[in-house]
Amino acid sequence: MAHRYLPMTETDQKEMLETIGVQSVDELFSDIPESVRFKGLYNIPEAKSESALLKELKQLASKNSDTESHVSFLGAGIYNHYKPIIVDHVISRSEFYTAYTPYQPEISQGELQAIFEFQTMIAELTGMDLANSSMYDGGTSLAEAGMLAAGHTRRKKLLVSDAIHPEYRDVVATYAYGQSIEVVTVPSKDGVTDIEALKGLLDDQTAAVLVQYPNFFGQIEDIKTIGELTHDVKGLFIVSANPLALGVLTPPGKLGADIVTGDAQPFGIPESFGGPYCGYFATTSKLMRKVPGRLVGETVDHEGRRGYVLTLQAREQHIRREKATSNICSNQALLALAASVAMTALGKQGVQEMAKQNIVKTRFAKNAFENAGFVVPFQGSHFNEIVVKTNKPVSEINNKLLEKGIIGGFDLGRVYPELENHALIAVTELRTKEEIETLVAEMGAYNA
Amino acid sequence: MLNENQSLIFELSKEGRVGYSLPEIDVPDFDLAELLPEGYVREEAAELPEVSELDIMRHYTALSRRNHGVDSGFYPLGSCTMKYNPKINENVARLSGFANIHPLQDESTVQGAMELLYELQTSLVEITGMDEVTLQPAAGAHGEWTALMMIRAFHEANGEGHRNKVIVPDSAHGTNPASAAVAGFETITVKSNEDGLVDLEDLRRVVGEDTAALMLTNPNTLGLFEENILEMAEIIHSVGGKVYYDGANLNAVMSKARPGDMGFDCVHLNLHKTFTGPHGGGGPGSGPVGVKADLIPFLPKPVLVKKEDGTFHFDYDRPQSIGRVKPYYGNFGINVRAYTYIRTMGPEGLKSVTEYAVLNANYMMRRLEPYFDLPYNRHCKHEFVLSGRRQKKLGVRTLDIAKRLLDFGYHPPTIYFPLNVEEGMMIEPTETESKETLDAFCDVMIQIAKETEENPAIVQEAPHTTVVSRLDETRAARTPVLRYTKVEA
Repeated sequence: MAHRYLPMTETDQKEMLETIGVQSVDELFSDIPESVRFKGLYNIPEAKSESALLKELKQLASKNSDTESHVSFLGAGIYNHYKPIIVDHVISRSEFYTAYTPYQPEISQGELQAIFEFQTMIAELTGMDLANSSMYDGGTSLAEAGMLAAGHTRRKKLLVSDAIHPEYRDVVATYAYGQSIEVVTVPSKDGVTDIEALKGLLDDQTAAVLVQYPNFFGQIEDIKTIGELTHDVKGLFIVSANPLALGVLTPPGKLGADIVTGDAQPFGIPESFGGPYCGYFATTSKLMRKVPGRLVGETVDHEGRRGYVLTLQAREQHIRREKATSNICSNQALLALAASVAMTALGKQGVQEMAKQNIVKTRFAKNAFENAGFVVPFQGSHFNEIVVKTNKPVSEINNKLLEKGIIGGFDLGRVYPELENHALIAVTELRTKEEIETLVAEMGAYNA
Repeated sequence: MLNENQSLIFELSKEGRVGYSLPEIDVPDFDLAELLPEGYVREEAAELPEVSELDIMRHYTALSRRNHGVDSGFYPLGSCTMKYNPKINENVARLSGFANIHPLQDESTVQGAMELLYELQTSLVEITGMDEVTLQPAAGAHGEWTALMMIRAFHEANGEGHRNKVIVPDSAHGTNPASAAVAGFETITVKSNEDGLVDLEDLRRVVGEDTAALMLTNPNTLGLFEENILEMAEIIHSVGGKVYYDGANLNAVMSKARPGDMGFDCVHLNLHKTFTGPHGGGGPGSGPVGVKADLIPFLPKPVLVKKEDGTFHFDYDRPQSIGRVKPYYGNFGINVRAYTYIRTMGPEGLKSVTEYAVLNANYMMRRLEPYFDLPYNRHCKHEFVLSGRRQKKLGVRTLDIAKRLLDFGYHPPTIYFPLNVEEGMMIEPTETESKETLDAFCDVMIQIAKETEENPAIVQEAPHTTVVSRLDETRAARTPVLRYTKVEA
């Protein structure tokens, strides 16, 4: 059949069959045993024209409440941030998005250099020696860090703070099960990792301690102390960090982290209903040869010109097979490019300014909630999220907010039974004073 | 111009330049020292570039010109299915109702997105012949690991946790054994026979009561259909193991044979290959997993279901689930593109896709056969593997041939893979390429074969026209430089 993606003509087909020396295309499939041959056509919807399909899918998309038509205070790991418009222009250049992994460096210098720049920016923000070319997302990147730690220390226990994103913890648990690694949850107290409880759990079987910075409740953990305690038992210290927050927070690399992971979604990547995002993985030179995934390194060509290649590939699955440091192959390269463009656009000044706006606006929201009579149970330092106690179920309040065009905060009771009737409110630089005041007023009205 | 040194973005930086436009601050300002704990206010700023918006656009435009994509030219990279990436897909994925929705929004506010995912699942169930599909895995290798974790959970639930061996053919992708290892299995390699297919005798020899699964790519990485598939499945099933289909090469069999009808118990697909999610320079992908009924209880959480009232729901009440494999619900943006593609092609279109992909591959194979060794001479499916051993005897290696192709504006085939072919070149044209393109490429391959005989140096020293010549990979690995460091003037 003629189709705009299929250039084959009847004449072509005839000539090609002649060259091959067969009578029909069917002959080429004669090696498929008759008994397993699929006959006929798939029972799927008929093809649609470009315009009709676009119309249909636009209608489907319009059934969703998006953050353009609604004001969002929902975060919990994925945030509604300023996305420099230039980001989409760069990643829409099809020399980037229609390329495969840069296996042929001579014709992939653009992608390789862009990744090298991404690695540099992530290393800068995290304060680590090096970063890889990306992971699937913040959750799987954290899990891979845990697996690396277990392999490196030859220990079989991970201590995971319960102030880490619950879905990230679930992913760590799934990976750990595969590797027969024990996962022990470290409780939190007042919205931060309970350091006294941690002390009681650390022992000579601890491969690593995993915390989040800022944590799931938006609070700034005392990672310096936790890192020291971890190193006292010779475990690795793993920090899952929001890279935007690192614009103004002391980087984990300066506070003893051995591995820093996270998601670069705050840098120019849309919420996109869960993905694709951009996991990152940063670590020390000491652990360089154990890093999962791809690394780009600088070198020279025969004429001495600077160039970039995939390097240290002896770690990877296509060389090492079952002995590889990870099974990861495809990663999130295009999103690493998006994040690089956003980090470049923000630059040295912008990343600090944007991070600070998140803190200051969230502080404004916290004061506004407290002034309206709400209890904000966790009083530690926060980044762009706070926990607000409500008198009514959060889901009920959120339904009322939706009627006003507001997407409310995350219902913490869904994953923390002790936090029933607590909302996790995210306030980014995009939220205005007026929007915050409206949220507080509307929530106050339903909360009475 | 293009082959001059390309500055790093950091080298273009000048203090005081900005490329951003943040909202005005409309709430009371604070000093960060008041709001953050002592010792937690960053002292040294991260050295990100300081450049204007035009600087950024010129920089990345320059980089894009130093990169080859499918839109730049033919890209017959075997097993990667480098077909055309439709532009409507990009528009649909960017619709605000898809791009700007949060994964934790109330289900009632994202029914359109959930409907799309459900319809995609349903289509993939039909295409694979499986009973249920999860869209969560982020890429092929992630899907492999997800399916193997389910197989492990299945055996454990049946009191057969001792099954700790996964069998993979020697021609398998490296991700197969690597994924098995991450899922906690030991790998056993089964040999290929002289026809390039799995050696049944060897398979019978390695199976046993410790067999958890066989992982199989069909057609295999040589582009050959494993015609003894039913017998292989029977060998594995008779000892209680599961048969796993690596869907990397599904482009070869759509509408011709379904994994579910061939005896497979589970399958992963690469939506970024067969279903046109662009490769993005290395990702993102999407690696859905399809399973037969007895593996359904072990699917990763949550499972997307359609309720009786017609609404869609994420079901977390799955007591036997392997758990979460990824935060949220998979690489939605890629799933949107794949769905758009399936709807664009329809049932007849998908059938043509496979027929033309296979026709193109066989045509190229026959045109090139006189000039290169063809280790397995039979109809191929969507790809075929040549050997450069004839050229190697003349001092020209497959790597040289690949580099010479760059001079003609082509991306080379996958080389030195699969491992069981000496000096291998794995060529996959895909169905979106015209006969003219295939002929032009074949003409160049034939010219290179002649150059190898008459003027090998021009091949050995290639490429001659690229922005850099061959790069020193040994130096890159021995003294790794993985980031830019500012040199103080």
